[in-house]
Amino acid sequence: MSGPALAVLASAVGLLLALGVATAFSRAKVGFWGALLVCGAGAVVALVYLIGGAEPAMLTLPFGLAGQSTILALDGISGLFVLLLMLSGTAAAAASLDDHGHPPATAPAFPVFLGAMLLTLLAGDAFAVVAGFELMSLASFVLVVTSHREQSVRAAGVLYIGMAAIAGVCLIAALALLSAHGISFAAIRAHPPEGWRAAVVLALVLLGPGSKAGLAPLHVWLPPAHASAPGPVSALMSGAMTKIAVYVMIRLLFDLCGPAQPLWWGLPLLAMGLASAVLGAFRANVETDVKAVLACSTIENIGLVTIGLGVALAARAADLSALAGLALGAALLHVIAHGLFKTLLFLCAGAIQYGAGSRLMGRLGGLLQRMPITGCAMLLGGACLAGLPPSAGFASEWMLLQSVLGAVRLGGLGLQIVVCVLAAGLALAIALAGCAAVRLVGVALLGRPRSATAIAAVEAGPPVRWAMLGLAVMVGLIGLFPGAVLGLAAPALRALADTNLAGRADALGVSAIARAQGYVPLGVALLLAIAAVGIMLVLRARAILGHRGGPAWDCGFGAPPDWLPFGDPLTQYSAGGFSQPLRRILGPVLVSATVSVDMPRPGDTRPAMLREHSQDPASQYLFAPIAALRAHMSGLADRMQFLTVRQILSVMVTALILFLIFIAVLEQL
Amino acid sequence: MSSVAGLLALLLHLALVLAGAPLLLGLLRLIKARMVGRAGPPVLQPWRDLLRLMRKQPVVADGTSWLFRSAPAVALAATCTAAALVPSFALGMTTAPVGDLLVIGGLLALGRAVLALAAMDSGTAFGGIGASREMTFSVFAEPVFFLIVFTLALITGSTNLDTASSVVNAGVGLRISMALGLVATTTLAIAECGRVPVDNPASHLELTMVHEAMVLEYSGRHLAMIEFTAALKLLLWMSVIAVLFCPFGIAPHDGPGATLAPWLWLLGIAAWAAKMVLLAVALAVFETIQAKMRVFRVPELLGMALLLGLLAVIFLFVSQGFAQGAP
Repeated sequence: MSGPALAVLASAVGLLLALGVATAFSRAKVGFWGALLVCGAGAVVALVYLIGGAEPAMLTLPFGLAGQSTILALDGISGLFVLLLMLSGTAAAAASLDDHGHPPATAPAFPVFLGAMLLTLLAGDAFAVVAGFELMSLASFVLVVTSHREQSVRAAGVLYIGMAAIAGVCLIAALALLSAHGISFAAIRAHPPEGWRAAVVLALVLLGPGSKAGLAPLHVWLPPAHASAPGPVSALMSGAMTKIAVYVMIRLLFDLCGPAQPLWWGLPLLAMGLASAVLGAFRANVETDVKAVLACSTIENIGLVTIGLGVALAARAADLSALAGLALGAALLHVIAHGLFKTLLFLCAGAIQYGAGSRLMGRLGGLLQRMPITGCAMLLGGACLAGLPPSAGFASEWMLLQSVLGAVRLGGLGLQIVVCVLAAGLALAIALAGCAAVRLVGVALLGRPRSATAIAAVEAGPPVRWAMLGLAVMVGLIGLFPGAVLGLAAPALRALADTNLAGRADALGVSAIARAQGYVPLGVALLLAIAAVGIMLVLRARAILGHRGGPAWDCGFGAPPDWLPFGDPLTQYSAGGFSQPLRRILGPVLVSATVSVDMPRPGDTRPAMLREHSQDPASQYLFAPIAALRAHMSGLADRMQFLTVRQILSVMVTALILFLIFIAVLEQL
Repeated sequence: MSSVAGLLALLLHLALVLAGAPLLLGLLRLIKARMVGRAGPPVLQPWRDLLRLMRKQPVVADGTSWLFRSAPAVALAATCTAAALVPSFALGMTTAPVGDLLVIGGLLALGRAVLALAAMDSGTAFGGIGASREMTFSVFAEPVFFLIVFTLALITGSTNLDTASSVVNAGVGLRISMALGLVATTTLAIAECGRVPVDNPASHLELTMVHEAMVLEYSGRHLAMIEFTAALKLLLWMSVIAVLFCPFGIAPHDGPGATLAPWLWLLGIAAWAAKMVLLAVALAVFETIQAKMRVFRVPELLGMALLLGLLAVIFLFVSQGFAQGAP
């Protein structure tokens, strides 16, 4: 079997990789224009393929591992992710065209990154998926260290490549465990893992692709890496790459491990998803770098997707196919919605970084008036981030909350209490994300400028503006017609859990139970519009229209002096000040925050100091002990240098004997 | 209920709610004044204030963007939409299929976020402090809200307000979960509406303000819209409590009310008005005997509500377990 869609997309992989080589020998614009055209065409092909029913297709390439061919495949699941990747890639490539006259030296890696992600999605065997995944990590590493002259960027790059190596090792090990009877996905499906093998595969998938997606506790690389990369690259990493990792998780856990896995498989996903959601959303309230805030919110959103996947896995094991469909639908809808609105937000962040000269919130402010298009795009993205109706963020969160409500049918009292805690934690994460969105928009876009560069901020160039406009239209449409996106996800739902959303998702809205009332975005939007028109009419008829300006009253502080036309920036609430109540209440619990105050005695002239210290629990409880262990081990290994020749020889012989015994045991298994 | 009757019910509901919201606030202020021995303003005073404010030209702080000027209208539109979704005297209004509890929560969150953004846009320290505190409270209020929705959905099988209310009206028996849910909802309503002990709407001390600090820079018709939004929000939360926890007297969708039944509607309106007055009296008494809390005590209050919500759900699981275990 070989569908035309797969053939076109497979040649798109080749084209993108070739574009990388071509860009290395010509100008950066070649790579970006090429990526733009290829991704645009790929998006159309993927859309047509999904609308046409997503018939599974397979393509055997005549090269690959020694003595073997490589298999590419396309079905409803990968088709949906291809569509997201191509849309996000088109926007990021378009935005990259606006390089302000300084083409990045790492431009050749850009099309390679896109091609590697597409290869991961089209993989039909273990080799292709590993090749794509690893190439994706390498290409994105090159892009992350684009501005490698900054120390923070180099540090982020080292952390990123280290975590990518761990993710790669885990993925290879998981696939090795699965491929006992051949590396093609068809062979793996025919022999799904059982017992301890299956449990180890689950753990490896959650650690490998899970860390690439940004799941706690291996999420620490994500905020620095996404903050360091250029705007369009972080847009692609956050919008698309984390979703590719989610795709690999879905492919391995739902598809390749088969439907016969036990119910508890959902629980680790729920726990890690909830931890990521709450921790990511909280850190989004603490970070003061616009891009780091967005990256932390990506951790949160990946957590939400993983919770949906966890509920779906458990529901599938419990034969609750309707619930599995709802949860999986919520996860996939959120993947698409988040993929697009986070791409939009990172493009805005890139535009702000260039236009206002900084991405630190303490140096921004008042940008909505100076960068109107970027500002409006960011407002829309912020509404999605906060999950406000009728934006794209609300529909999937509504479905997710409904599927958590349905999850009480999964098991006995113990599981029900777990679900109950999950529900409260999920609501906390969503509310924290809302708070973070208000803080981000409120500090960066609104108020008075906090620095001279923010006063003189300039709007993004035409390519970025077009990319933003396209994404904003798509995000708006997803918000109003979530049922249409779920229609595109129907083949994936059928393939993954043998379920559908018939009667629960249509053009008008989505509901939790077939033919029951649900969430009707069009109705909500219509009511809002009617209310707005009504208010306008009443004001026109009854109120004094127009307004006059004056200095902010500010409880009698009066107008600022002439030499400070925008007032003293310090009298305005800062990003740190905004989240101070939250840090004080939740900080000690979530990030072991401590505050120390050093107040000099009266008469002492040294300044008073207030120091806040907080640490991500993952670095505190996981990475710090590992680093300590490594130091300890290298201390032990150090002693080897002081052994006599006789001792060294006996160590070597013992090691050889142990190795032979190990191989003998493996042979017996 | 036929579609014409549904539309009529919706229009009548909107008229009642929009006219009644400032009256409820007036009544509340009057009772509070009487309780502390003052004569108090007449019940119509909030309406007079609103009309007066509409005739004043607003002064807009320099350096603010279009968002500052349009936020009051957006917040009011979101709250009006939410108010159109919460039934008052009759079930089965035209908007009933849209009236999901989570959507109502989302619309109120929209109104809150827009006002917080506008407060940040004014570029003053008080705007920032108000926005920061309001959003912090919302972080702790949202889990409570979702657990209440959880409890109701488990009891009534739906998160749709109309359906849930009709199931409760048909009788779900005396349930501990409903009682716990009522306490949690009341606490949540007090926090969401910014009433004592969470916030004092009559405060004159800026440092203790939460909601009022956000809207300090507003005047004229903008302030009128914000005041109206606050009044509408109070009425909306009281209607939610009434329609979920004591829906007695509300005109049902089917049965005798399937056709236009004016006497059922009259009964519904009378019952709703009586419930609102009773709740206003209760709130006035509560506010008079309570002092405002410190800002950092509020999460403890909402934490208590969260625990009650959790208990409500767990009681429900346990009782369902018993019901399934019984022969």
